[in-house]
Amino acid sequence: MSFISITLSLLSGFCSTVYIFLLTLVMALPLGLIISFGSISGFKPLRWLVRMIVWAIRGTPLMLQLIIVFYAPGLLFGLPMQSRILAVLIAFVINYAAYFSEIYRGGIESVNKGQYEAGQVLGMTKTQVFFKVVLLQIVKRILPAMSNEVITLVKDTSLARVILVPELIHSANVYVSKGLIWPLFYSGVFYLVFCGILTLLFGCAEKKLSYFRI
Amino acid sequence: MSVLKVENIKKRYGKTDVLKGISFSIERGDVISIIGSSGSGKTTLLRCINFLETAESGKIYVNDDLIFDAENPCKLTPAQKRMRQLSFGLVFQSFNLFPQYNVLENVTLAQRIMAKSLPDYSLHKKDILADINERAVALISRVGLSDKIVSYPWQLSGGQQQRVAIARALALNPQILCFDEPTSALDPELTGEVLRVIRDLAAENITMIIVTHEMKFAEDVSSRVIFMDEGVIAEEGPPGLVFSNPSTERLRAFLNVFD
Repeated sequence: MSFISITLSLLSGFCSTVYIFLLTLVMALPLGLIISFGSISGFKPLRWLVRMIVWAIRGTPLMLQLIIVFYAPGLLFGLPMQSRILAVLIAFVINYAAYFSEIYRGGIESVNKGQYEAGQVLGMTKTQVFFKVVLLQIVKRILPAMSNEVITLVKDTSLARVILVPELIHSANVYVSKGLIWPLFYSGVFYLVFCGILTLLFGCAEKKLSYFRI
Repeated sequence: MSVLKVENIKKRYGKTDVLKGISFSIERGDVISIIGSSGSGKTTLLRCINFLETAESGKIYVNDDLIFDAENPCKLTPAQKRMRQLSFGLVFQSFNLFPQYNVLENVTLAQRIMAKSLPDYSLHKKDILADINERAVALISRVGLSDKIVSYPWQLSGGQQQRVAIARALALNPQILCFDEPTSALDPELTGEVLRVIRDLAAENITMIIVTHEMKFAEDVSSRVIFMDEGVIAEEGPPGLVFSNPSTERLRAFLNVFD
């Protein structure tokens, strides 16, 4: 078991980690925005319902949610979850969308009311004001919080292991059972490098938006 | 024909009557100053006229067209809403420039968005945008900021930001340009440059409604002064009369504070 062959097998686990990460991000980012609209809705019942759901999701461990999504359909309705990776994605997308929605809400509520009014008196529709005027201001405001959350997601992917989805830690753990501990430590390097790249990307984005001040 | 006629506008917040029935009309080229102490309803009146607040009763006519009727609120299409809105321009106390756009982009943004719905937009895109830019550049130089055309709002002083806001409002050719305490957020040494721009506009016969605490300015620039007190128009008339010979005790007391 050479260093290279271990690196290759960890890489295959890492691919599945990146797969969970990317798919979760792509789906949770827009879903979070929709949830945030619900949580600031003027229609009270909707607002309360959405806030209760967000409370339940943020108030319970992601690991428990994974287990529930994977086992509950079979136990409650006799329809066992067919795909483990699907269960992981469902749990991750819902969990992260809830967190993202709160970040979006903070961003949306931080925009000065005068920006909407200025847009309105210039004859813009609400949609035009949102996309042409306030969206970029929201993005600029929430970027640091988003960067934090996205980096947490990278490491949370390791939870997929509890329902036996192979990912990076899972691949490294195979060697532990064979009496080899260092591949587990080595797996940390993969997370570090990945998070390092993400940090750089977010840094670039923040720099790109530094030409204006809110 | 009056360019703006406001009839019996009433507005309340909770249990407080902020406007208790305001009526007035203005002619093309008029400059109306609205004065009065804080809480007298000046800003609320301006916001009702600009549809930032919805009055509970009353009517608004522009060029004798009924554009707002509280008793018959009809559903407007987005295009109708825009047309109604664009009769007015509004300059805010706190400027409200768009921070991510430079001066030129601030002035042209609304027009560039609107141009997209023109039928021949895709055909003459270049000409249309060049036209919009050219007009904007002229307006920016008119408010004395030709050298700031690509600056961002944070790089400008308050007075410069407010002059950009005036150019932005003028870009849409409003029938009536409204100012909501345009110099109240400015340091004293910066109010002069903004007032000078407004004076120039008055000289060009632009119809304006100015809510202001600058009494000297109001006296010089306006053709008529409205004094508001507790949600009603307590006194109105030509500035010479209103300032030198106030007929109500309230106005006398109010003006004394400024002397």
